[in-house]
Amino acid sequence: MSDRYSQIVNSFPGKLVAGRVGLPQPTELDRYAAGEPLVKGRVLLGTAPGGRLGAPIAKLLADAGSEAATTPDDALRAAAADAGLDAALFNPEIGGDQRFKALVFDATGIKDSTQLVELQRFFHPTVRKLERSGRVVVLGTPAFGTDDARESTAQRALKGFTRALGKEVGRGSTVQLVYVSPGGEDELGSTLRFLLSPKSAYVSGQVIRIGPGVAKTPKVDPEKPLEGKTALVTGASRGIGESIAETLHRDGAKLVLLDVPQLSEDLQKVAKRLDADTIEIDITDEQAPKAIADKLKKGVDVVVHNAGVTRDRTIAKMPEDRWSSLMEINLSSEERINDELLGRGLIAANGRIVCVSSMSGIAGNSGQTNYSTSKAGVIGMVEALAPTLAEQGLTINAVAPGFIETQMTGAMPIAIREAGRRMNSMSQGGLPVDVAETIAWFASPASTGVNGNTVRVCGQSLLGA
Amino acid sequence: MNSKTRRVAVIGGNRIPFARSNSAYSKASNQDMLTAALDGLIDRYSLDGERIGEVAGGAVLKHSRDRDLTRESVLGTRLAPETAAFDVQQACGTGLEATILIANKIALGQIDSGIACGVDTTSDAPIGVNEGLREVLLEANREKSTGGRLKQLAKLRPGHIVPEVPRNEEPRTGLSMGEHCAIMATDWGVTREEQDELTIRSHDNLAAAYERGFNDDLVNSYLGLERDQNLRPGSSLEKLGKLKPVFGGPEGTMTAANSTPLSDGASSVLLASEEWAKERGLPILAYFSEGQTAAIDHVHKREGLLMAPAYAMPRMLDRAGLKLQDFDLYEIHEAFAAQVLCTLKAWEDPVFCKERLGLDEPLGSIDREKLNVNGGSLAAGHPFAATGGRIVASLAKALDERGEGRGVISICAAAGQGVVAILESAGETK
Repeated sequence: MSDRYSQIVNSFPGKLVAGRVGLPQPTELDRYAAGEPLVKGRVLLGTAPGGRLGAPIAKLLADAGSEAATTPDDALRAAAADAGLDAALFNPEIGGDQRFKALVFDATGIKDSTQLVELQRFFHPTVRKLERSGRVVVLGTPAFGTDDARESTAQRALKGFTRALGKEVGRGSTVQLVYVSPGGEDELGSTLRFLLSPKSAYVSGQVIRIGPGVAKTPKVDPEKPLEGKTALVTGASRGIGESIAETLHRDGAKLVLLDVPQLSEDLQKVAKRLDADTIEIDITDEQAPKAIADKLKKGVDVVVHNAGVTRDRTIAKMPEDRWSSLMEINLSSEERINDELLGRGLIAANGRIVCVSSMSGIAGNSGQTNYSTSKAGVIGMVEALAPTLAEQGLTINAVAPGFIETQMTGAMPIAIREAGRRMNSMSQGGLPVDVAETIAWFASPASTGVNGNTVRVCGQSLLGA
Repeated sequence: MNSKTRRVAVIGGNRIPFARSNSAYSKASNQDMLTAALDGLIDRYSLDGERIGEVAGGAVLKHSRDRDLTRESVLGTRLAPETAAFDVQQACGTGLEATILIANKIALGQIDSGIACGVDTTSDAPIGVNEGLREVLLEANREKSTGGRLKQLAKLRPGHIVPEVPRNEEPRTGLSMGEHCAIMATDWGVTREEQDELTIRSHDNLAAAYERGFNDDLVNSYLGLERDQNLRPGSSLEKLGKLKPVFGGPEGTMTAANSTPLSDGASSVLLASEEWAKERGLPILAYFSEGQTAAIDHVHKREGLLMAPAYAMPRMLDRAGLKLQDFDLYEIHEAFAAQVLCTLKAWEDPVFCKERLGLDEPLGSIDREKLNVNGGSLAAGHPFAATGGRIVASLAKALDERGEGRGVISICAAAGQGVVAILESAGETK
């Protein structure tokens, strides 16, 4: 762990003192290393009576070779047997010393607010059995997935539950809500894999929507989902961009890395290491969209709009050029590049556009009216393009990073830095790789049902929640 | 080679009442009790001086002097001394496995009659000399000269006085049977209440069986004991609910009531060919039609220690062309109430049946009203090797009372083993 406070409170005397005086005690988060199993421990699967997702979840766990247990629900046991999942039984009514690395609850059977008590029945006896860096995933039906007002109300209520639970679980555990619309059941795989694995270490309190796939979901090797795919990453010479490049490379992608000519040296170093092609260009340049498209004329599978800057000033002190240059880099250039690539049909079938928004785009941040506007605009772009891209068999999604440990945050004044680090459910900052893993999940060819989502990578920050 | 087999008749059984450990039978040895059980059988079926085809039996806890325990016991009975006998040992499966062995010999025509029996005492336990002392004594024995022997004996230390006591634990896991079963209970989500209910039924059923005289020709009194000492009918969930768990830690569900106590006792069953029975005018209570053993890997694959019967059952049913529901009576040995409930849950569970048993469909549930209708081990007690004989004789008699139908037996054993068997009513043919 990089920050000194975490190092101190995780030492023996530090732990003792911090525990006594009630200081935040960040847990060292599990992070993914290539070749590791999906979940390092047992997964407990439960359901509200009548849930419709038992079968796809059981199938995923069986495919992943996960050690699993289920509650005694008859339909769930039958689904597990059909999926070939050798799941043990767990009866929440009795005690026992089992521990679980993940708790997965299918809440789609909840049709009325009176049935929300199923959440209490499943989690009350099990939440203390969750191991460190544990995972909780609740699955529901989105409001538009039903015509029934009672069902819609109860399903909307799940958001309150998961967000509150995220703040209760502690010890580096995460809690997510996944809304699976009818027809999206078979597209659950890549998302559940991401959320159960250490790849989602710093993602918590999120609501993710999964719909019917925009294309036929191909079978992918979970170790190399991007094998044979080409990915463009902007702003790739350092920081989060470099981490994105490394992660997509690990997943098997052939990379085209882009950055401004001033950062050529850094960019070439990364490119050499990752055996990547490069484009050295200022994306705000009028010729940039065409130049990029020309370079990608054989087509591209994944476009990651990562390049971005801050030009902080309060609006009272903000000159127009400071506003405009940022808006050009963070938003307008992305729109133009999208238009050019889409217009020329260069984004391959079942392709992906992944954007980087920011927590500032959701919460707003003092001194960052320009930045917050651009990053909120990125979310708007995702929402606006998602339906049309779906028709073309493409998806667009965004990540919204919170406090990520980079050179930039390292240079912050200590008070602001510590506030940013601790004011979230993990009591620590995230790492660039946490953002990169989230992007890799969006980018996977298996994520055909994930479209129009903005997922925060913020450790469930209190800001803008 | 004989390629034909013949039907094996269960003529009847006899046992002594089962006693709680260190109580009524504390001074009786395995051989005493087994001889008593056999003598009762001899009286009941007029076998005085008869040369029986073969006697198979055994005990789980044995003294080193109990070499050929069964043969030595036979020599103490009024059977012809020319009756051959051999010892069997398969933990708590000993009694039923002995029955299968005798039945197979009869079926093959190798013998016409046979007795399967078993005995165990936890009171007269085989305490051994200290392992260090034993080594010194053996070394001294190997020395040729007196000096050498004295030199070896000089190695004796005060600590060598501490004896070796038999322990109720699995050699390969170090966990007791109860601790193993507690893990299973948790794995299968068995509640305290379910276990206590089964326990109450076991006692009430056994008491009712005694009341209506069911055991009159199955049990002979011994050393002042007329009925099984552990029997406590008329209990309630409230009363049993007060007991503290003894296995599985403070949150455990297993108590002294819903686990069998350590006990002493012996049982025997007389089996024969139909002709042999007819010649002597002996009744046929039932036919012994199938037997099967199975073992699981509790060491490396971490299967529940007492789950082997769950594996043995479908193998036997498959061979017999029967479904689990095709029985009128079920005798599942109640080593622990949780063991019975885990087994039933496993057979009902689609995942276990598909992944572990390789079945397309779960075996399904059974009618609990047909389970252990004349009481089980929780009420009667469980002198390990004697339990099989108790169950075979009791089920054969219950089938005879019904006059039709079929019964199945399931017995779990230590070291991850299980024995199951099928008995068919003799019906009209008897």
